[in-house]
Amino acid sequence: MTTLPTSTDRKLGLVIDLDTCVGCHACVISCKGWNTENYGAPLSDQDPYGANPTGTFLNRVHSYEIQPEAAPAQLIHFPKSCLHCEDAPCVTVCPTGASYKRVEDGIVLVNESDCIGCGLCAWACPYGAREMDAEEKVMKKCTLCVDRIYNENLPEEDREPACVRTCPAGARHFGDFADPNSNVSQLTAQRGGMDLMPEMGTKPVNKYLPPRPKDQSLKEEVDILAPFLEPITEAPKGFLGWLDKALDAMPGGPKGGSN
Amino acid sequence: MHPAPSVILFSTLSGAGFGLLAFLGFGLPAVTGWAAFGYFTLAYLLAVGGLIASTFHLGHPERAMKAFKQWRSSWLSREGICAVAALIVMAIYGAGLVFFDMRIGLLGIIGAILSFGTVFTTSMIYAQIKTVPRWNNTTTPAMFLSLCIAGGALLAGEVKFAVPLLILAAAAQIGHWLFGDRALADSGTTLATATGLGARGEVRAFEPPHTGTNYLLNEFVYVIGRKHALKLRIIALVLMIVVPLVLVLLGQSFIFVALAATSHLVGVFTARWLFFAQAEHVVGLYYGKR
Repeated sequence: MTTLPTSTDRKLGLVIDLDTCVGCHACVISCKGWNTENYGAPLSDQDPYGANPTGTFLNRVHSYEIQPEAAPAQLIHFPKSCLHCEDAPCVTVCPTGASYKRVEDGIVLVNESDCIGCGLCAWACPYGAREMDAEEKVMKKCTLCVDRIYNENLPEEDREPACVRTCPAGARHFGDFADPNSNVSQLTAQRGGMDLMPEMGTKPVNKYLPPRPKDQSLKEEVDILAPFLEPITEAPKGFLGWLDKALDAMPGGPKGGSN
Repeated sequence: MHPAPSVILFSTLSGAGFGLLAFLGFGLPAVTGWAAFGYFTLAYLLAVGGLIASTFHLGHPERAMKAFKQWRSSWLSREGICAVAALIVMAIYGAGLVFFDMRIGLLGIIGAILSFGTVFTTSMIYAQIKTVPRWNNTTTPAMFLSLCIAGGALLAGEVKFAVPLLILAAAAQIGHWLFGDRALADSGTTLATATGLGARGEVRAFEPPHTGTNYLLNEFVYVIGRKHALKLRIIALVLMIVVPLVLVLLGQSFIFVALAATSHLVGVFTARWLFFAQAEHVVGLYYGKR
């Protein structure tokens, strides 16, 4: 049934730390690898070695520039995958019941054998989390690696989503948001975890930790002892110094003729 | 949004077909026998032809039967059920008219309501999509329904209804355009809210996830039609409203009405192409586009 559960026992999801992410795209690759080799239709590529390669990805990393009013610009790497929304608009639009949100852990999944490939769920998602596979013609989305997190054939440390397991910077965290003491709940509380497009009313489970504040002023002295250091002259010395003076003295230069 | 020809063809043809079925349901024109057979054949060709066209955009059309299940939450499912119900009811009603010279009035009215219901549910598939602010408002069902009724009146040859209904449809279509042009800005969704980083400064898309294109960009960030939007709007309005109005006011013989209806359908097709091509999906913001 594509009506949403009123509540779920657990709320499994990710915390993504925008302060820590280095934009290496390792999560993109490990996600594509795991989800191609394991559960469901593989994530196909079209024209992979040709002029216009495209393919299905469940996780993509954008990069944004923030230009504060009075501080240097910042570069933010921004991984984006399914947010496993509490009020998931992609689920309710599904005509077949292929899309559903699990009552036991809140994961939003697609039953691929019921998917007619109408694409309406991808239309309904504001985050671009769902992609129609061009080969299999069914909708693909992040499963939160449902075939890893409960998989007793894997060593315990591997029972987390592939993107989290692989992240070399520790920018991705997996846990249960329904438990206020879980790692993800605490991180969200401590660092002011935020929702994407809250005005869409989707109530995303995944939270993003904003970048920590950086030095705010370009002119602010970094070192309180710096003013006491001998000033470093920026005027060129030697041959270049002579050339600089000579050129300045020529007509047209700052000290030169009247034209 | 990517303007898929199959979906545009569906909404144009089925809209007019169900409009005609609704008029026939109300007994306008009050035809029986061969005349009724002609009208019903045209209506079914348009309505069913459109429905068949719509399955071409499905990834797995062979599973289409599964789409009738989720009417509790899905407008697409409701549309399917409404369409099938309308077609069955109108087939029984039409058989009465064609073969037995008998008009079962109540059945006709139920069929007419179901026919309007089908077009309404189609329009709600778009109107419910919050991620496309241009569609996510009441002007979408108003435009779909008024064009369906006007097209039905033209096809039914009911000129005294067609004239005011065409004017009403023009108003609804223009209203949809004017409202839609402001919808994305009015929705308040920007790259700042999309990334949650707006409070820190001006956010700019620096680098996309991949150098090439992808499903999301192809499906949701279709920008080709926008350059000529104004010209296409004028062409659509002239073909679907002005030309049919002039033709039916000039003469009400079969040829005038047939030409009017054809021009109307070509105009609606153009307007529906724009309906998709101009629609901005908020996911484009993540790519620094709209």
